[in-house]
Order: sequence, then C-alpha cells, then structure tokens
Amino acid sequence: MKPFSKHSGLLVPLDRVNVDTDQMVPKQFLKALTRAGFGKNLFYDWRYLPGEIPNPEFVLNLPRYRGASILLARHNFGCGSSREHAVWAVMDYGFRVVIAPSFGDIFYNNCFKNGVLPIRLPESEIDEMFRAAKEAGSYRLTVDLESQSITDSQGRSIGFEIDPSRREVLLQGLDDIGVTLRHEERITQFENRAHPSAPLYDPASVDVRITSGQ
Amino acid sequence: MTPRTLFEKIWESHLVHEEAGQPSLLYIDRHLIHEGTSPQAFAGLKEAGRKVRRPDLTFAVMDHSVPTVHRELPILDADAMGQFEALARNCRETGVRLFDMNSRNQGIVHVIGPELGITQPGQTIVCGDSHTSTHGAFGALAFGIGTSEVEHVLATQCLVQFKSQTMLIRMNGRRPRGITAKDLVLYIIGRLGIAAGTGYVFEYAGEAIRGLSMEGRMTLCNMSIEGGARAGMVAPDDTTVSYLEGRPFVPRGKDFQVAADHWKSLASDTGARYDRELDLDATQVVPQVTWGTNPGMVTGVTNRVPDPGSFTENGDRKAVESALEYMGLIPGTPIVDIPLDRVFIGSCTNSRLEDLRMAARLVAGKHISAHLKQALVVPGSRVVKAQAEAEGLDRIFTDAGFEWRDAGCSMCIGMNDDRLPSGERCASTSNRNFEGRQGKGGRTHLVSPIMAAAAALAGHFVDVREMNVDGE
Repeated sequence: MKPFSKHSGLLVPLDRVNVDTDQMVPKQFLKALTRAGFGKNLFYDWRYLPGEIPNPEFVLNLPRYRGASILLARHNFGCGSSREHAVWAVMDYGFRVVIAPSFGDIFYNNCFKNGVLPIRLPESEIDEMFRAAKEAGSYRLTVDLESQSITDSQGRSIGFEIDPSRREVLLQGLDDIGVTLRHEERITQFENRAHPSAPLYDPASVDVRITSGQ
Repeated sequence: MTPRTLFEKIWESHLVHEEAGQPSLLYIDRHLIHEGTSPQAFAGLKEAGRKVRRPDLTFAVMDHSVPTVHRELPILDADAMGQFEALARNCRETGVRLFDMNSRNQGIVHVIGPELGITQPGQTIVCGDSHTSTHGAFGALAFGIGTSEVEHVLATQCLVQFKSQTMLIRMNGRRPRGITAKDLVLYIIGRLGIAAGTGYVFEYAGEAIRGLSMEGRMTLCNMSIEGGARAGMVAPDDTTVSYLEGRPFVPRGKDFQVAADHWKSLASDTGARYDRELDLDATQVVPQVTWGTNPGMVTGVTNRVPDPGSFTENGDRKAVESALEYMGLIPGTPIVDIPLDRVFIGSCTNSRLEDLRMAARLVAGKHISAHLKQALVVPGSRVVKAQAEAEGLDRIFTDAGFEWRDAGCSMCIGMNDDRLPSGERCASTSNRNFEGRQGKGGRTHLVSPIMAAAAALAGHFVDVREMNVDGE
C-alpha cells in the first residue's frame, strides 16, 4: 500500500448528508474482477446525465474544482453497503483525503486498506471549511498526518485526532496481512486449543460442489 | 466475576492477540463469500503468493448476480459470467466449498448460512457484505467487511479489529397483531436515525424480541447496519436451539447437547454493562413504510408524507427535500394514498419460509391489483423454494398474479435483470431504499412481507391491521 505522510491539494465540498456507498459506486460496476479503474464511476448517477455527459451542476464537474484531491463531506459519509469499490473509486479519482464529521464504519475501515486518509472533524470546523471552500476561488489544504494537522490556503491551521495504530498503518503503508502473519504461531496455538464454538460437521447430505456445476 | 455481555463473551473467547494501544487480533470461525466482493481478494492472495488458511471454515455461494429465471440457459451477461467463473475457479483452486447456482442448497448467503447450520451461536462470522449482521440473530458476532478484509481472513483466518461499544435496545411489551420484525426494526431505525449505531454493536432484548421466531430475529439483526451498527445480536435461547437441531452442519447427539448448553450460557449476564441502553415500547409500533431515500426516513402507515419544514436541522431539511423530490412525493400525502407500480417480496431481510407463508396467507384466493406492472416473489434459497412449493405457496402466489422465481438477491440490488425501472414505485421487503438501489431512478418503499402483500392486492399501501392477519 502507498504510504501517506503529507498531502497538499484542492478541496471539493460535497454538501450532502448520509452519502451511501450505493451512490458512490452503483451496482452495475460491482461486476469487475479487479480493483482498477473505478474513478470514472464515482458518484455515477449524480455526475453524469444520460449518455455519460457530465452533469454541469454536480460539484465535481465544476471547473473550479477540477483536479481536487481532498473531498469534504457531511455526516455519516460512506454509510450502507460494505463494497470496497467505493474507496477504490475515491482513490482512483484522485482523492487522498476525505474529511467529514462522521463516517460509516465499514467505509472508514476500508479507507485505511487503500491509503486514503479519512479525517473526522467537529461539525463546526466542517461548516467553516464548507464556507471557505464556497467563497475562495481555490481552497487548498495541506494535510500532515505526522503532526496531525491541517493548514488551509488562508494560513489557518487545525489539528485532528486519529487512532495511533491506524496512523502508523498509513504512515508506513503497512501490509496488514503481513503484520498479522507475524503472529502465525499464536494463530496456530489458538486453533489447537479446545474452542467451544468451532466444531464443524461436514455432512454428506448437502449439495456442495467444489468444482463448478456449469 | 464481572458480569459480561454476550458481545464481550464472544469477543474475549476469540482473542488471538492483544497489545495495549493496538487493535486486537480476532479469530474468525466462519467466513462466507460470494461472487461480488471476493474476486479481488483471491487475486490479491495469489499475487502475494499466499494460501487460503482454512478452506474448511470458508463457504462460497453465488447469489448477488444470479438470474432468477431460466437458470438452465446460458448467461448472457458477460460480466456476471466472469464473476461466476472467477468464484468457481477460485474455489476449485483453493478447496473452498461452493454452492453454485445449480446447487440445490444455493441461495442468498445470509439465508443459507443459518439454514444449513453453518451459522451457530457464539461464533465470529464475517462476509464481504454489510448484511452479515443477519447472523447475529443466533447470538453470533457477525459483521460485514470490505474486500481487503476478505483477503485478510482468507490468508490468516483472523481480523484486526477495534472493540466496538455496545448498545442494548429493549423492546418492551408484546408485539401487536399485524406487526412483524420488519416493522420493529424500521421503527427502531426511525427513532434512532441511521447513524446512531456507528461504532456500536446492538443487542436486542425485551419481551417483543424474545417472542420472535428465528426468522424474525434474522430480519431484525439484518437491518442493524441500516441503523449504522456493523453487528446486531439476540441472546441464544430455546428458540435458537430448537431451530438449529438437526441442521446439516450442526453437531449431533451428545455433541449437540454440549453445544446447546454452551450456547445458552452465552446470554448476557445479569448486571452486565452496556455503553448505551435504550427502552422502546413495542405495543406502540404500527406498520412501517419508508417514504424517503434511507431506512430512517420512515413512518407509520397511518401517517402522511412529512413536510421538510418540520425538520429543524438544516442538513436534515435539505436531505428530506431532496429525498421527496427523488421519490416524487408531495408533503402531506397520506401514506395509504401512494400508488404502486411493482411489489418485491424477497432479499436477505424477508425471503424465508415464514415471510412467504405470511404473505401467502394474505393473498390466498385474491388477485393483485390491475394497476401493478409486476409483483415478484423471490425465495431466499432453493431450500426455501422447495419447502414453499411443498406447501403449495407457489400456486397461491401465481394464482394471485405474482411471479414465482428462483433464489437470489434479485431486485434488492438489481445486479441481475430484476430491476426497478426509473420513475417507478415499488413496495419492497428489502433493506435499502437508497437512490437507485433497485434500479436507477427507481423509488423504493421498504415494508414488511404482509404490508407488501396487502399493497399488491390494493395497488397502494393499506394498513394491514384492517385485514385478517395474525402478525406472524
């Protein structure tokens, strides 16, 4: 995973509460077999008119926000479906940071697996950023994960909270699985222990196929 | 010993490793996978040269994109076919059991897990699907994960997890006639909002919950994620134990007795502490109908479409305005005056035998409204389908003008051909009324199976309590 330490970029404000992951990547794009190329599908139904013509009214399509790499959103961003495609789309579009008062749990988790930094800020700070983004011609932020601070193009600086272990994962771009596999001996020990909820009966009566029945 | 909650008991018994200031390493007992969110996980595994650690604890099924008609014919959707082939190939290469679309045990992942007894109390269960919360009905800790976590579980049979907070939701009093588990959970979400459960695991308790069958508890826990909670649970009791006895993957004989005793010991201890507790009165619940574009935008069938002006918070007011515009609804319209184009009875929320039975009882000998374009019944699994057919439910539905389909996720998510056309309005027993969920531009109203059945007969919503129903 690409490490994250510091990022400077243009901010785009998406002024909607409860944006769900169905909105971020609609169902028809969930049949892909790879993680690549989802950026063009991000916010598909809002972003395009019939015929995939960019909707000139949707905020991501406004010329002043072209090239934005920081997404500002409202509360409960990324709620709903667990589809990681939503984060792949955010990432592939070019966003490295998403700022909101709160996030859906699964989306929030998924961000850290893909080098996207989700930042929770108090509602009042978010309101202030929305105001600044709408007023300023080009509202840019520098997000420093090391020092847990955000500085805007007007020189204003604020801090943000993040769990130290999650911060470490992003700073180092850690491979989660590799880290877990350092505990392989412990996992094996756990498996060898009498474990009351794990008995597995494998009955002959069930129509299980290991090869395709096509 | 300090009294512990059901959640704490399961959490503590699955800790592989703990370190101060770090998330915990949690063992996963059952990993369910499907064609939609697993291909990239298997690809990642292969790329890193890793193996599936416990194929014996991993179960795969095709459900999201499967056709619900003519499964014997070639599949023309090349992308869906690519998913099916990838899952079959990945299972073949790694030794994971697959219930493919032609297996007689195929069905929606959250229907077949419990049905086969793969789901058991006290387990940790994950799946790359947010409605994995369904399995919490058995007193398991079950939650949805992203594809990277699917890969993590395939490789390690563990997950790195932060401990959630706990919220006890007590539904006091008896569930009134005509009120189902679906109404209870929609009512809860309407009261709490769709983000109240963020960071929490719900435990449902109280007389109205105890009185629910396992099917009802699954409906309830299924929608925990719609309240923001990754997991919802109900303590195992005699209802749980008798549901599981004799199911294919459940221990038998003496082993079953040992397991059953263990399961019942998992219930939260008296005096166990939760981070939040909430008391609601089940006797006050009326049949619920959503009017907006998330499950918290819900009201009683006796009410009207709300006025955005009645919402005080600015963000909420804007969200309500935008929802009503999308839904094509005028504030003040009585819910029972909303006309429908389609009805969908199905999904991991409401497609089990009990759901189909209660809907069938209501439509028996009657016919759906001539104004409807389509009424679909999609059983949650092929086993449910076979049982329903043995009872003659398929004939009741088809005689009443419903289409009787093969098992899958179908019009809940519209990844196959079962989609709600733009601008059309559907009474649906599914779980999400998000914009475009059932089809781009489609307008979804979430209801219980009996409310859907009654609406199909009338062509608009009706208060099911005015009909001859027993509430089950």
